[in-house]
Amino acid sequence: MISSRIRRLWNAYAPEIVVTILLILAFVISGWREPRFLDAAYLFDRSTLYTEIGLLTLSMTLIIVAGHIDLSVTSIIAFVGAIIATLYSRYGIPFWLLIPLAPVFGGFLGAVNGYFVARRNLPSLVVTLATMALYRGMAQILLGDSSLMTPPDYTGIERVTLPHTYLHTPLVIWITLCLVFAALLHRTVFGRYITVTGVNPEAALYSGVPVAQTLIRLFTLSGAMAGVCSVLLLSRLGVARYDHARGWELDVITAVVLGGTSIFGGRGTIYGSVVAFLLITIVQTGMGVAGVKAEIQVTAIGLLLLLAVLLSRLTTGRK
Amino acid sequence: MNGINGAPLLRTTGLSKSFGAVTVLEDAGVELRAGEIHAFLGENGAGKSTLAKLIAGIYRPSAGQIERNGRPVTIHNPREATELGIALIPQEPRTFPDLSAAENIFVGRLPMRSGLVDWKSLYGRAEELLHELGVALDPRQPARSLSVADRQMLELAGALSLNAEILLLDETTASLTPGEVSRLEVILRRLSAAGKSIVFIGHRMEEIFSLCDRATILRDGKIVGERMISETSPEDLLRLMVGREIGEKVVRGSVPTGKPLLEVKGLSQPPLFHDISFSIRRGEIVGLAGLVGAGRTEIACALFGLSQPTAGTILVDGKPAEIRSPRDAMGYGMALAPEDRQKQGAFLPISLWENASLSSLPRLSRRGWLKDSVSRTLTTEWVKRLSVRCREIEQPLHELSGGNQQKVVLAKWLETQPKILLLDEPTRGIDVHAKTEVHRLICELADAGMATLLISSDLPEILALSDRILVLRSGRIVREFDRSEATPEAVIAAAGVSTGLPDKPRSMVA
Repeated sequence: MISSRIRRLWNAYAPEIVVTILLILAFVISGWREPRFLDAAYLFDRSTLYTEIGLLTLSMTLIIVAGHIDLSVTSIIAFVGAIIATLYSRYGIPFWLLIPLAPVFGGFLGAVNGYFVARRNLPSLVVTLATMALYRGMAQILLGDSSLMTPPDYTGIERVTLPHTYLHTPLVIWITLCLVFAALLHRTVFGRYITVTGVNPEAALYSGVPVAQTLIRLFTLSGAMAGVCSVLLLSRLGVARYDHARGWELDVITAVVLGGTSIFGGRGTIYGSVVAFLLITIVQTGMGVAGVKAEIQVTAIGLLLLLAVLLSRLTTGRK
Repeated sequence: MNGINGAPLLRTTGLSKSFGAVTVLEDAGVELRAGEIHAFLGENGAGKSTLAKLIAGIYRPSAGQIERNGRPVTIHNPREATELGIALIPQEPRTFPDLSAAENIFVGRLPMRSGLVDWKSLYGRAEELLHELGVALDPRQPARSLSVADRQMLELAGALSLNAEILLLDETTASLTPGEVSRLEVILRRLSAAGKSIVFIGHRMEEIFSLCDRATILRDGKIVGERMISETSPEDLLRLMVGREIGEKVVRGSVPTGKPLLEVKGLSQPPLFHDISFSIRRGEIVGLAGLVGAGRTEIACALFGLSQPTAGTILVDGKPAEIRSPRDAMGYGMALAPEDRQKQGAFLPISLWENASLSSLPRLSRRGWLKDSVSRTLTTEWVKRLSVRCREIEQPLHELSGGNQQKVVLAKWLETQPKILLLDEPTRGIDVHAKTEVHRLICELADAGMATLLISSDLPEILALSDRILVLRSGRIVREFDRSEATPEAVIAAAGVSTGLPDKPRSMVA
């Protein structure tokens, strides 16, 4: 009875279980090799470096579950950053006013992706590959090769912690959004529509699911999340540059896939993505602390991904 | 005229094929002789294509034996069939649109010279083959610019280039114009005179009678007769094709007479269908019969907002309905159980209850938050009512049999509480028992006031369930039958499987 329940749990959530075990292992090994690793203050301090990737992982999970991909998010970060910095330094618009506008700008850029994917039926891989170049290029047109400063009073908000805790602002935002996205994917009609669209888009259409509307909202959300990341990054780095966040989209997709989301859509959990993101972060940080070279770190992540996918597939026979 | 040793070119004995629990062909024995054109006849799903595909190595038999020139052979794949001189020409030719006609003929075995394609010899040989077939066609032309008929010729030329002795044509004429059909007939007669054995799968009696020498008739996966064409009549063949008594008698109540719930006026979407007008009353089942490709599915899709007709109006309850999407159609109380269950109806990896509740989510949620416990309760009720055989409603749909999957798809739509039910091949590929249950359900729903449009290739099903039958042919309604006047022969004849009888003019549509 119990074994059959475990069997069923394993069949349904093998990838999540595998990454959870790997995460515990990674944590134990890192803590044993480097005691500083068990120091919460140190850990949370380091975590701010990865917040943006952690946030993008959440929205990318939804996109991939829907059977799509959004490569343009990191270019949206750079472009929105460029817009905000330009509006602030060239046109003197107050920075506090621009902060809430960042997700709006990002959402608009995401909606453009959504329009081409949903209404023009173009593959999202191609659309976002195009806008990845387009948005990055427009950021460079705005900024050139130089850096644009953002106001010093907004630099370093990521260092502000919640009273009496080690929790930095970005971490608080991330944890909150983890819960929001988990609810969104698993508890709302929108989330169910995302899943069934990923499982079988044609049947979704035949079942009266507003597929196009769902996809447009989804890509808008993805862009808006990139807008949020843009503000956090500006605050952390204090400057806007056109090449911000370049290449991160692949780290984000790696985390999502490692967490058990099917790259073909239809299956995935926020829990899996969050654990996989933490796993990658700990492996990289742990290795960094232990003085492992960057190229070895990258190699290790690649092996980790193959291992996790193999492990969960071998045992369940999932196609 | 026979092959070596006087044996037929090919003989099958006891050939059977099952997919899982469903047997689609049972104990089939045929003999294919040199110089003979042999028709495989039967309704959709009778097993004629399956038999051809077994011979051509596309399927592997579950039981039985194939002999080639008197020697038992095992055909594992189409390549081995090719080596044995067997070729299948499918209805939809498998062409690569961007390659030239010649490249398509010799695809996978282009003539080479010192590691490079020998274009001169390629085009030369292609030209020869096409000339042999009597087809005027430039081998350099890209296949994209060719008609279906010409692309079929490429398949035929490819088969001849491989010295095929046995040619199986699977509903090759279904998408051809009359002119193209007669050209094909000339070619086939010439090939047969040259000693090839030809299997011709088709529906149209006039083609069978003008072309074929012999016919094997299949019904429900079994061979029910073999006839020399010279010694038979179309009526005889039709009787064999349809023959069976309608297995399970479903009793329909009195014919409903109220005002129409759904009215369709002059609906057109060229080239798929033209000027379609009909109506369905509350509690009425209207059958839509016709050959595959006559436009039945396309009409259902247009009604359900999946495509946009170019002309015509749809009235629900006497009021014009604006339908631009399935959502809109659902708003008017419509539901569509689509033709291709696996592709259009089912979400195989997710649970039963997630499938069954999907189309009712606006009702099964509050401000966008799912009420999954309500969905589960409702699904449990439907599972009981439709006697879906499953372990539990958490089971992923792919673990269920085809018939039970179909019941879940129906449950998904019945949960939306529709008034108008569009059923496209509701019992295709499901076992006899489940079929009876689905039939009973359709009648129960109609008795409770559901207006139903029933599309089916299963003639006995249409005849048993429908209060009225509309027959579609090339996108037009050509006849309407009342329950009392509909016979299998009359419906088949109207659908375009001509028996030589002239079509009566279409009766008035309410």
